[in-house]
Amino acid sequence: MSFPWAKQYQPQNSLMKWVDERLPVPRLVYNAVGAGYPVPRNLNYFWNFGVLAGAALGIQIITGIVLAMHYAANGAIAFDSVEHIMRDVNAGWLLRYAHANGASMFFIVVYLHIFRGLYYGSYKAPREMVWLLGVVIFLLMMATAFMGYVLPWGQMSFWGAQVITGFFSAIPGVGETIRVWLLGGYAPDDAALNRFFSLHYLLPFVIAGVIILHIWALHIPGSNNPTGVEVKGEQDTVPFHPYYTAKDGFGLGIFLIVFAVLLFFYPNYLGHPDNYIPANPLSTPAHIVPEWYFWPFYAILRAFTVDFILPAKLWGVLAMFGSILLLFFLPWLDSSPVRSNNYRPKARIAFWVLVADVLILGYCGGSAADPVYVILSQICGAYYFAHFLIILPMISRSERPTPLPNSITEAVLAKHGGTSPAHTALTPAASS
Amino acid sequence: MVRFIALLVGLAFAGVLALALFGTVSGLITDPPAATAEHEFHKHPKELALASDGPFGKFDNRQVQRGLQVYKEVCAACHSLRLVAFRDLKEIGYSDAQVKAFAASYDNIPSINPDTGEVATRKGLASDRFPSPFPNDIAARAANNNALPPDLSLMTKARHDGAAYLYSLLTGYQNQPAELIKHFPDSKTPAGLHYNPYFANLNIAMPPPLTTEGQVTYLDGTKPTVDQMAKDVSAFLVWTAEPKLQARHGAGFATVLFLLIFSFLAYGAYRNVWRNMKH
Amino acid sequence: MASIDTAVPPGEDPAPYHEEVADPRRRDFINIAAVAFAGVGAGVVVLPLVNQMNPSADVLAQATTEIDLSKIAAGQAIKTSFRKQPLFVRNLTPAEIAAADAVPLSELRDPQSLEERTKGKKNWLITMGVCTHLGCVPLGAGEGENKGPFGGYFCPCHGSAYDTAARIRKGPAPTNLVVPDYAFSSDTTVTVG
Repeated sequence: MSFPWAKQYQPQNSLMKWVDERLPVPRLVYNAVGAGYPVPRNLNYFWNFGVLAGAALGIQIITGIVLAMHYAANGAIAFDSVEHIMRDVNAGWLLRYAHANGASMFFIVVYLHIFRGLYYGSYKAPREMVWLLGVVIFLLMMATAFMGYVLPWGQMSFWGAQVITGFFSAIPGVGETIRVWLLGGYAPDDAALNRFFSLHYLLPFVIAGVIILHIWALHIPGSNNPTGVEVKGEQDTVPFHPYYTAKDGFGLGIFLIVFAVLLFFYPNYLGHPDNYIPANPLSTPAHIVPEWYFWPFYAILRAFTVDFILPAKLWGVLAMFGSILLLFFLPWLDSSPVRSNNYRPKARIAFWVLVADVLILGYCGGSAADPVYVILSQICGAYYFAHFLIILPMISRSERPTPLPNSITEAVLAKHGGTSPAHTALTPAASS
Repeated sequence: MVRFIALLVGLAFAGVLALALFGTVSGLITDPPAATAEHEFHKHPKELALASDGPFGKFDNRQVQRGLQVYKEVCAACHSLRLVAFRDLKEIGYSDAQVKAFAASYDNIPSINPDTGEVATRKGLASDRFPSPFPNDIAARAANNNALPPDLSLMTKARHDGAAYLYSLLTGYQNQPAELIKHFPDSKTPAGLHYNPYFANLNIAMPPPLTTEGQVTYLDGTKPTVDQMAKDVSAFLVWTAEPKLQARHGAGFATVLFLLIFSFLAYGAYRNVWRNMKH
Repeated sequence: MASIDTAVPPGEDPAPYHEEVADPRRRDFINIAAVAFAGVGAGVVVLPLVNQMNPSADVLAQATTEIDLSKIAAGQAIKTSFRKQPLFVRNLTPAEIAAADAVPLSELRDPQSLEERTKGKKNWLITMGVCTHLGCVPLGAGEGENKGPFGGYFCPCHGSAYDTAARIRKGPAPTNLVVPDYAFSSDTTVTVG
């Protein structure tokens, strides 16, 4: 798009020419994911996850539309309608397990996509807008996933809805009013179930819309790459098609294998047994946990156990939302001009500590509120905030990066060894 | 400016967490959590191997049929199986005629008298689901010392390690260990409850359902020991919770095999496209 | 711009690009095979997505209805339901039977005798209550309803008139009211489906 050497769309036949002249959709696709989009040639497998996230959304939308043909959003029959899908609807078990595990796959892929962006500095100028839109997508995904989990109307569905809407009651003064407004009642019931279903159906299409903006914003500066060095010329890039369509095809195969193993052989592994018990407003499960992809945030919520100026509950809720919202400020918190952590020794260590930190938080969030896990959550929660708000801004000022390659091509050639890359670049024919 | 505000916010959250950490740790020291009987005496389920386990699992129809018999003759007195229809029994090896006869052996399917509109009962049809032993939860509680016997349709999916849990629970009734009463005198099993170390809070309202060998008479000649009956009914309830398990496993193998070939070809195509491009 | 196969990024040794590897056709084959597999996979995935719209197992299972005939007097009819569709059960009077038998088959749009439309007991006319034109429920089964000019059923939507054997006689409907599969399980009970 913005690269002068990007190939221009040439209609292959008169029909495409006719369409292109009237509605340039073929051109749009060609420039977005076709040969018209030059991409750095050195992307590694971590760059597969954007396309895989798109595939996961597609799977969710298709299976979701089909499930909605059989699901009934009414507290009296919602649970049984899901079991009806599992038992009586043709291929219903397949569709429902695909949707439930597809949500997990979507989050796995998106988390890898986010951490790839963090490691390689993809959030930095000129790609801040790509990052901001990505955080919006992530927030929408969380809302969609939460509301979707309520729909089967099992015990975890019901108590998850109760607890999560309970966050809003932490707001001083108007909290309880907001909670009752959100639920349309004093506890989750038909009204809440129906509105969650409506929004759960709507939001994926909003996500799809924001994804289009996300890709649009990406195509202005073009993709980042493992060196973080900007594209200097045509030799640094390859056309998206066929190079990355081929690579993404392979990535999609591996993604689908993991998905299929989960779906067909361990379909309930990531779920919770309590959700196979119908919702009972009079009995709380011994151990309420959200789905695994919320565990780190749930651990942060539970880590706040003291009233300090504000009540502990409000601190927990603020911190939980804050832990995601701070990502919006990340491009301005990390002021290092070097993007890739490959060339940032200190930031790289901080990154891996953050990865371990989030994994521990996740483990704590999934466990019972035992003192040991509360202590771990408190330590890791503190590090989480410190990482983004204190450590990373400080590192970005003091750190001395290791030497960057002059260009992507130089880095690629250096990796493949042989002659000095700088030398080769100057005298192409020297080694022949 | 952004970084300065971030520093303050970061210090606030980290500071409050440090304060909370101090509180948790000092609380742990001054007031260590007391050991509970549940924590000390609760046991994890025993090992149970069923034909339906694992990615190659298939139902052992004879065992599942024996389990159906145990359910019908023992469990069904209190526990419903409301999500399972008689017609589903064809999947575990019964013929159409057998299913019809089995359904007709129930004469308590709730219905309405077509002439008077009064509540009535009728004989079961293949399309009916298993009738519940009680008309509603209140009646169920009233008949069971205020404990509600849960529906069993999804039981093996509604508990961790469901089949093994059920098997352990059914064979796990015992007298309360003297050790427990010595250490936790307050945790003596209350009257009307029964000690069972596999149950989450150790005391379960359900009296031991399988008590004597030969409680049911198996048609296929299998010796009906308590252990055997517990295993069989667990196997049956794995089927009721996940009737499509075999279809799922079969489809899974075909899908994974297909995807492995596809990924192999896609990798070849990827290498092929990139063969002249160092990256 | 040069094709991908021959493009040599500037700054690289061009030599390897001119050594053509073994068999280019084998490489094309892999690409085509991969794309073909993807296409087949996408095609197979469509099957469950389409099949899920077919009637589910519980709907198929409820395809039988038992009817008690003992309370239907001659000349009366009842409306019950079979597969969530109206079902007409009519106890024909001898006069109605005679009227139906008197019609020559050649006059009929959909030639069938009353004999063929009943199962042994000529007075028990059991048909779907669904007009074969566009699916309205014809009148005539209820007490005092308009039975139409041929004394059978009359569809108010577009004026199809059926005779006492529920055969189409007048109006737009193309065929007679459908006779479902049924059998007498005793003298006074019928199992439909």
